[in-house]
Amino acid sequence: MALKLSDYKTEVHNDWCPGCGDFGILNAIQMALSEMGIQKHRAVIFSGIGCSGKTPHFINTYGIHTLHGRVLPFSQGAKLCNPELEIIAVGGDGDGLGIGAGHFVSAGRRNVDMLYIIFNNGVYGLTKGQASPTLKLGLKTKSLPLPNSNDSVNPLALAAVSGFTFIARGYSYDVRHLKDLIKQGIAHKGLAYLDVLQPCPTYNDINTREWYQGSDNLDSETGKQIPRTYKLEGAGFDGIVHLEDEADTKMSNAILKSYEWGKKIPIGIFYQNEMVPTYEERIASKIPDYIKNPPSSQSVSLTDGRSNSDISRLLDILRVSS
Amino acid sequence: MSLTNKVKNSLNWLIGGAQGSGVDSAANIFSRACAEGGLQVFGKREYYSNIKGEHSYFTVRISEREIRSHVDEISMLVSFDAETLLRHAGSVVKGGGIVYDSELAEVKIGEVPTLDDAFRDRLVGLLEKVGKPLTVQGVLDYASDNDVSLFSIPYFQLLEEFSTKIEDHSLSKLSRMVNVMSLSSSMALLGFPFETLGSAIRYIFRSKPKIADLNFMAANYAYEYTRTHHGASGLAFGLTTKKPLPDVILVQGNQSSALGKLTAGCKFQTYYPITPASDDSEFLEANEIVPQVEGKDGSILVLQTEDEIAAITMAIGGALTGARSATATSGPGFSLMTEALGWAGMNEVPIVVSLYQRAGPATGLPTRHEQGDLLFATKAGHGEFPRIVFASGDIEESYYDTIKVFNFAEKFQMPVIHLLDKAIANSITTCKIFDQQRILIDRGLLMENVSDISPDLGHASHYRRFKLIRDNKNNNNGDANYLISPRVLLGTENGIFWNTGDEHTEEGHITEDPEIRTAMMDKRMDKLRIAIEQIGDEDKATLYGIDEPDSLTVISWGSTKGAILDAMDRLIDEGKKIRFVQLRLLNPFPIERVRTLIGNYKQLVDIEMNYSSQLALLISENIGISMDHLIVKYNGRPISSSEVYNALVRIILGEAPRRIVLKHGA
Repeated sequence: MALKLSDYKTEVHNDWCPGCGDFGILNAIQMALSEMGIQKHRAVIFSGIGCSGKTPHFINTYGIHTLHGRVLPFSQGAKLCNPELEIIAVGGDGDGLGIGAGHFVSAGRRNVDMLYIIFNNGVYGLTKGQASPTLKLGLKTKSLPLPNSNDSVNPLALAAVSGFTFIARGYSYDVRHLKDLIKQGIAHKGLAYLDVLQPCPTYNDINTREWYQGSDNLDSETGKQIPRTYKLEGAGFDGIVHLEDEADTKMSNAILKSYEWGKKIPIGIFYQNEMVPTYEERIASKIPDYIKNPPSSQSVSLTDGRSNSDISRLLDILRVSS
Repeated sequence: MSLTNKVKNSLNWLIGGAQGSGVDSAANIFSRACAEGGLQVFGKREYYSNIKGEHSYFTVRISEREIRSHVDEISMLVSFDAETLLRHAGSVVKGGGIVYDSELAEVKIGEVPTLDDAFRDRLVGLLEKVGKPLTVQGVLDYASDNDVSLFSIPYFQLLEEFSTKIEDHSLSKLSRMVNVMSLSSSMALLGFPFETLGSAIRYIFRSKPKIADLNFMAANYAYEYTRTHHGASGLAFGLTTKKPLPDVILVQGNQSSALGKLTAGCKFQTYYPITPASDDSEFLEANEIVPQVEGKDGSILVLQTEDEIAAITMAIGGALTGARSATATSGPGFSLMTEALGWAGMNEVPIVVSLYQRAGPATGLPTRHEQGDLLFATKAGHGEFPRIVFASGDIEESYYDTIKVFNFAEKFQMPVIHLLDKAIANSITTCKIFDQQRILIDRGLLMENVSDISPDLGHASHYRRFKLIRDNKNNNNGDANYLISPRVLLGTENGIFWNTGDEHTEEGHITEDPEIRTAMMDKRMDKLRIAIEQIGDEDKATLYGIDEPDSLTVISWGSTKGAILDAMDRLIDEGKKIRFVQLRLLNPFPIERVRTLIGNYKQLVDIEMNYSSQLALLISENIGISMDHLIVKYNGRPISSSEVYNALVRIILGEAPRRIVLKHGA
């Protein structure tokens, strides 16, 4: 039976603020799962803490709402024990780039085959609007008592230097485009990072939906708003590594591109390289049977309860008499 | 060499040297040789938090009867550097022997830079008091005055001769074998046959045949030299060999729990490097392909993470897929794990944390021993959630216990903290080969298919991970007991569930409803009652010794077991009535079992390797009994049976204060 979009929705009441950018991301994830026909029981949505952390509860697949900052290690552990699972990790910018930044970098080094989406809005919404790691230096969003005195981290550049092999940015009010990026991130072989610009209507009164749509950015001739976001693929930017020796150049281009901000904000794929071995492949080079017989599917006991493992060889080495 | 006037096959041998100079290899060869010679072995390793240069030493106790601990008195001191002599010569007993490098006698105490000021001051004080020079010769004279035999071996001359003999003139390379040569000299003096020693050398270097040959020959050269040039008439100790019993292994404490993990079917272990826990993970990684009784080889995936938070959270992620998952750490790492421990408790995820305790707080004494984390393990984490805390007493026990703790984790669907420690991890012992079939695997209510869940477990139209199921009995609130809900794994068809660190509904969705909150707390905490009902008495606490009303009762937990049992044997041999209650299940606290075992005690003595007598506090909290005596030690060095014996004698004689602080250690 074909799976419909509605099959991926739960009846759990969604308590995000009206107008929240998270809704667009939730819809895009559900659309991507449905269009890709991923069976519900094969998908697991892991999340961190914050507004975005509630996402799994609204999706009718397995959903694991973890701890603040720890979504990546939880989800990597599950994926490596059962590589058959289709895993999407989601979290906020504070979750992934503040408290969880160490895991972000280390996950890049592993390149586990899964997708990580950051709902990036520049604030800690659920704790009432403190500055997050992606809020620019000197900005004062409405609940900050004083302007932000930390500089912002560039998640796309950080993903690139950490080793993520798919790096993209979407915009939560361009749901179709975002859905396509999610599908490409899921299909990507390796660790995919998807940064989603997601206006927080309640606490970020600077990077608002109107701001992204160019309310202050009018065409001098027509007087029309010029949206800030533009699509990389439409601008002739190709971040995909086709040949091994172009990887460095493509990555440099991606990093340069990721610093474009202000009147023009690129969305789309900045970088993709499927030639880097995934962590699963690295394990399989040491444990040849790993993919066919991963940790989750190995039997541990015989029918009578005796252990199925045989450590006689190791015990024989320790034996004092031969 | 006649053994008639000697103490045969009962001694305590110590080898020391700079870290990185082969002390461990020499001690492992000695242990292996004695074990192959049919003797019982208990060894322990002491070392600094340092890579090269600081003093490390290894004591190996040998006996014909079972031994489970170390003693403070040294029968034979084997050295090839000055510091070992300075630090240990004073502990050699009358009739004992010291093997040393002839060239070191004139080394002055002030010339040994690794000797810390505090020790140097104590040594200088001692030598000045007894009127000896402040040199290696001074400490040797001091030992000699105590009827200790001195065996001076000219290592450098031997190396030169050996180098000529084998026509290999790279002396700096050959000098690395001075460890094996000194060991071999000691074996010659003890009358131990070279054949068995040679076999042990080949065993220890089995992966490097050329090095094995070289060491074998050098050892033989030193052995023959020593036999020719030294009589051992003054030495009161000797060794003889016999055929070892079949099915005896010589195993280290950093292998036993890892072996238990393989038998338990642990398929995923995560870790962040930390002493003394890393060896457990490294052993597993080195043996990641696991032969199986049925089917093709299995495996264990070992993953080094970026920190301990990642270690435990990855292990939880693995456990959700059905892989038996564990992480191994020590105190500082466990501190970082506590938030996730609560998440596992909240979401009823079975994981095992092997907690190899070391001396804290903070970095503490990173390579030294302590049992300082008992109360922390029982309470770690914010809020209230169920967990099992289980402590192993020795190497052999730790193998079987490791299989049990995986069963506990899955049967009761909660995190288990398996308490081990530095003393266990860094000791080596002979014991009966592990029985791979003694402990059966029990995965609890783990359902491969949702349709397998029986209707009487309340399964309705759709699967609910945290289904509230009650039985017909009442708990002490007068409410019906909760049962454990059947568990399915991520990826199971029709089994979709949610987990969250928030309080949750039966499906696993967030709720703040006060009634559901109460029910879910009751459901989770009720599993501790179920655990108490289902965990066997012997796993809760074990009784040893003479169980009579007028016996002195010793209570302890963890790796003090060996020292207590050995001291108790000695006291019982001397006609004393004494019994020992070894606590194994520390959380939930086995109140009834402990009450029964203690019974109408005469005098209660608590023995622990920490400052505050944490078990005594736990007993007081749970059954309101306070101890008559507390024997504690917190200087970083494991408790010896000599110390336990002496402290208990003081108590029996009525000469002891309520709290005795043990201080022996080098």
